[in-house]
Amino acid sequence: MPEIRNYTLNFGPQHPAAHGVLRMVLEMDGEVIQRADPHIGLLHRGTEKLAESKPYSQSIGYMDRLDYVSMMCNEHGYVLAIEKLLGIEAPVRAQYIRVMFDEITRILNHLLWLGAHAIDIGAMTVFLYAFREREDLMDCYEAVSGARLHATYYRPGGVHRDLPDTMPQYETSRWRGQKDVDRLNEIRQGSMLDFLEDFSRRFPGCVDQYETLLTDNRIWKQRTVSIGVVTPERAMQLGFSGPMLRGSGVEWDLRKKQPYEVYDRMDFDIPVGVTGDSYDRYLVRIEEMRQSNEIIKQCIKWLRDNPGPVMLDNHKVTPPKREEMKADMESLIHHFKLFTEGYCLPEGEAYAGIEHPKGEFGTYIISDGANKPYRLKIRAPGFAHLSAMNEMACGHMLADVVAIIGTQDIVFGDVDR
Amino acid sequence: MNDRLQTLADSLEHRFGNALSNCVVARGEVTITLDAAHLLETCTALRDEDGFKFEMLVDLAGVDYQAYGVTEWNADEATAEGFSRGVQESTSGRFRFADAPVVGTHTGLRFAVVYHLLSITRNQRLRVKIFCEDDDLPLLDSVVGIWSSANWYEREAFDLFGIIFKGHPDLRRILTDYGFIGHPFRKDFPLVGHVEMRYDPEQGRVIYQPVTIEPRVLVPKTIRHDHRYIDDTVESEASDA
Repeated sequence: MPEIRNYTLNFGPQHPAAHGVLRMVLEMDGEVIQRADPHIGLLHRGTEKLAESKPYSQSIGYMDRLDYVSMMCNEHGYVLAIEKLLGIEAPVRAQYIRVMFDEITRILNHLLWLGAHAIDIGAMTVFLYAFREREDLMDCYEAVSGARLHATYYRPGGVHRDLPDTMPQYETSRWRGQKDVDRLNEIRQGSMLDFLEDFSRRFPGCVDQYETLLTDNRIWKQRTVSIGVVTPERAMQLGFSGPMLRGSGVEWDLRKKQPYEVYDRMDFDIPVGVTGDSYDRYLVRIEEMRQSNEIIKQCIKWLRDNPGPVMLDNHKVTPPKREEMKADMESLIHHFKLFTEGYCLPEGEAYAGIEHPKGEFGTYIISDGANKPYRLKIRAPGFAHLSAMNEMACGHMLADVVAIIGTQDIVFGDVDR
Repeated sequence: MNDRLQTLADSLEHRFGNALSNCVVARGEVTITLDAAHLLETCTALRDEDGFKFEMLVDLAGVDYQAYGVTEWNADEATAEGFSRGVQESTSGRFRFADAPVVGTHTGLRFAVVYHLLSITRNQRLRVKIFCEDDDLPLLDSVVGIWSSANWYEREAFDLFGIIFKGHPDLRRILTDYGFIGHPFRKDFPLVGHVEMRYDPEQGRVIYQPVTIEPRVLVPKTIRHDHRYIDDTVESEASDA
């Protein structure tokens, strides 16, 4: 019988389960992983360097493109760091809108994660179900910002504009007749809040559907239970955050522990795992979707009752209204200065961390007093998670690597930056 | 909140006295500047001792201070011809490879590494800043032995800034391309880069060639000292005097 030796296997970068552009060099003993060496950087765009040559407000759009499945949360971290350095705070209504859209984003992210994770392991249907609900939430993105993915909606000092009174409507096409369009538009007749309220009533039932497909599914459990176990001590050592940390049983959520915006007024629970395996992290994320839905409901209620400004009235930082500009010299000057030169941040440094769907998303800005950041460092949660790949995958089989990539919720936009 | 930060700052100063060269509480954050020689012992103490318990290294960022305070547009002084035009080619966005690198007004050491620590047990954060003593060969001790998450962060700082971490188990490039030359986040590395890649139909393969694109920055970088940015408190103090 010939001797079987260790061999090296190249996984990705063009592999459907590599979530984009992960290249992994796996050292294998038969089908067992001995060493996993992820090669990243294939999506490195130098966002931090690019931001150094642009005024602060022109980099908000870059933030959407970091973790491109949780766009508004990235913007939130960046905008908070700027506000911290400027010493300003957004109006309360804007804070509620931000919290609401952060939670919409969390559901969007977890839905994509759920669908992709399930399809990687071999469950096809969940993907289709998850994208059904994502469609509705992306309509909310579209209604409020005009873009379904890269919104650029948060601004230092508030949000770009107030919530709209109408929802975008479907139109008839070669593929959709009048009858279908009417059915789709039925829930889109009221304001955005009406639409979202209807969604939040429907959504728990949808989560039940996903759970019916997966939670007690024998195959799903065989693929996830005791795969990629991380103890709480190691999770902290490895810099885990978000569901990866909570899955290991550490009760840590920035929304509760270091609340920003109006999270301290929200009533919600933090789900925590027990064993720290992939199945626990699945349960944590599923419960997070339910909790996010509750937070959205609370925000809708408050936003209905409390109209008000959504942008600071400080025109050294926020642009004046279009109508004012037409008649008022002062506003015209403000507008011109803001969009040609931008605003200078005081000299100093600030770090703002938020509870991003994937973990702690941190923005560290060093300012030398100019209208551009001197150094912008983005702390991407996925970067720390992926660096633990070797530790999590060692001793598992090749097929489990796919399950571990899935459970880490890797998106290369934010790992590579 | 501020009391808690002040208490933390006081206990840090009390415990590490000589090793600290600076301790600042600003914007709800505590920042300490450490001497490079005391890095490992201080970090071990920060992780293990009861008053600190920083069990997580959240982030590690390299910083290049060479161009600190350098602007592309002097908007403070005007001559008989008016203000300058904002076209000085000084910062990394504006010059091309082999042009003169930027020299800032920053005196002192060029490279720094900033560690962001988090204590989950005590719910507190700390920023530790360390300057590398040699500008030509920035060298620091690796903290991988203290926080495992430092592994990739230190590789990133090495890749982007050329900071070398002594004792790192596997200090390779991480974000840039295989065979990349230079450290792209240094301030003397041009934004457009050095080389570009294209398919050459004659040779029938992909080749590298010197960059052909022109560097272009639309909005000049400027530091303003006019009344918009004067702090209210400073102003009132001045008027009191």
